Amino acid sequence: MATDHSRVAARFMISPAVLLLLGWMIIPLSMTIYFSFLNYNLLSPGMEEWIGFTNYEYFLTDPAFFAALGNTLLLVGGVLLITIVGGIGLALLLDQPMWGQGIVRILVIAPFFVMPTVSALVWKNMFMNPVNGLFAHAAKALGFAPFDFFAHAPLFSIIMIVAWQWLPFATLIMLTALQSLDQEQLEAAKMDGARKFNRFFHITLPHMSRAITVVILIQTIFLLSIFAEILVTTNGGPGYASTNITYLVYAQSLLQFDVGGGSAGGIVAVILANIVAFFLMRMIGKNLET
Amino acid sequence: MLSNKTDYRKLLMTLLAWSVGLLIFFPILWTILTSFKTEADAIASPPLFLSFDWTLENYTEVQERSNYFRHFWNSVVISLGSTVLGLLIAIPAAWAMAFVPAKNTKNILMWMLSTKMLPPVGVLIPIFLIFRDTGLLDTLTGLVIVLTLINLPIIVWMLYTYFKEIPGEILEAARMDGATLWSEIIHVLTPMALPGIASTMLLNIILAWNEAFWTLSLTAAKAAPLTAFIASYSSPEGLFYAKLSAASTMAIAPILIMGWFSQKQLVRGLTFGAVK
Repeated sequence: MATDHSRVAARFMISPAVLLLLGWMIIPLSMTIYFSFLNYNLLSPGMEEWIGFTNYEYFLTDPAFFAALGNTLLLVGGVLLITIVGGIGLALLLDQPMWGQGIVRILVIAPFFVMPTVSALVWKNMFMNPVNGLFAHAAKALGFAPFDFFAHAPLFSIIMIVAWQWLPFATLIMLTALQSLDQEQLEAAKMDGARKFNRFFHITLPHMSRAITVVILIQTIFLLSIFAEILVTTNGGPGYASTNITYLVYAQSLLQFDVGGGSAGGIVAVILANIVAFFLMRMIGKNLET
Repeated sequence: MLSNKTDYRKLLMTLLAWSVGLLIFFPILWTILTSFKTEADAIASPPLFLSFDWTLENYTEVQERSNYFRHFWNSVVISLGSTVLGLLIAIPAAWAMAFVPAKNTKNILMWMLSTKMLPPVGVLIPIFLIFRDTGLLDTLTGLVIVLTLINLPIIVWMLYTYFKEIPGEILEAARMDGATLWSEIIHVLTPMALPGIASTMLLNIILAWNEAFWTLSLTAAKAAPLTAFIASYSSPEGLFYAKLSAASTMAIAPILIMGWFSQKQLVRGLTFGAVK
């Protein structure tokens, strides 16, 4: 039994972490909220004035916002689709008996540890470059014209790069879930004559549903904030073709110095992320009780 | 007959898995190979796979031109600094939550997690302005502070799930013997918790090393870590494939090796214990 003494000590030990995070969350966030109601540009200091919801009106009716919102959804959705389908497939493959499983695992997991700026630049220059990239060489060898990825399909190219980075994470989680699957249940189904296809859809997939949900939620949190990959490949262009909300807010605040507008965009991003976070927290909270 | 069939299947699976694995790993392999080529060989058509004149000149040139090791050192300071600082704050907190749980412990844990879900752009401007006004912009101190705070929830959570697995009876026994709180932590808990602390440390170093939103927006030249240094290759230097590859290889090699040792912790840490 914990004594009163240790209870007091426990509170004392938790408080630095709590206070720091509280400060990290409340101070900047309330400043962002405050700035979002101001006409505030870093290029004209001292001219700040209260303008109510005008920044939100401008941000939410700006065509750039709709482009960025659409791109954000495509980016998150596209990467999720590739990593979940690919992750389940890879996990099923890695779970089979084979020689050198450990080494294959190491190969598959590697992209996750490559920093975003490196993977984006390596893909952009050494693979997707229309003149010297490997894809261009491959296309020429097969008699096709090389494809200029970032000029004609900038968002798609970024989706491919980000999916490559996140596929290992999805695979690892699916594999972890797969390895906790009750083998006897599968054997029993096999005995009863259930086909492979049915065994997968009625036993394996339901067992993995929790892992899939976790992958969706965790990745969504990170994918909503994709930034470096866009900055070093396209700078959001051409036009707004590959700008997501994170990049739009960054550009508005640190490139155009529009603190008010950028802040309003930041708050919009916070609200969007909160919707996702709400579901994620419920899932993890449930797990905490068991 | 049966063993033949299983062997055949195993061979097929081995071939398939190795092909897929090599395909996924190929961009990294290609980067490493290209880093040993001359610039002319790097853009040769058709591409040269292994039959080229291996050279180390890209590595020396990257260092000479851009003082690579300063950026490397910045990355080391930022990732180690934020991890150690984070652990110092998180270990007592996680210990208390795991062994002296109160009614609101679960709520505190969930709330900490929620701070991790705050999109960085939501707080970018205030942090930028505060840093500008306090002289923390483009300093290692500033980056250590920010990275400590953004990874603190993950550190607390990971440590909490590890500490939870330590049987409470051992602590009871130590307490019966008259151990004080601090001697309990140092002599009983720490040895048992060390593997968990080490895993947490490893994963956090990796996350901090690769963090690219704050390191790109809060640094200019002085405190730029490798993420920002590599970003300077976005154009037109990026077209020097061999040098880009050498810089990239040096930036990812240490973390790739650490990452291979921490695969399991990755699942545990990033899912906050939701998948085991």
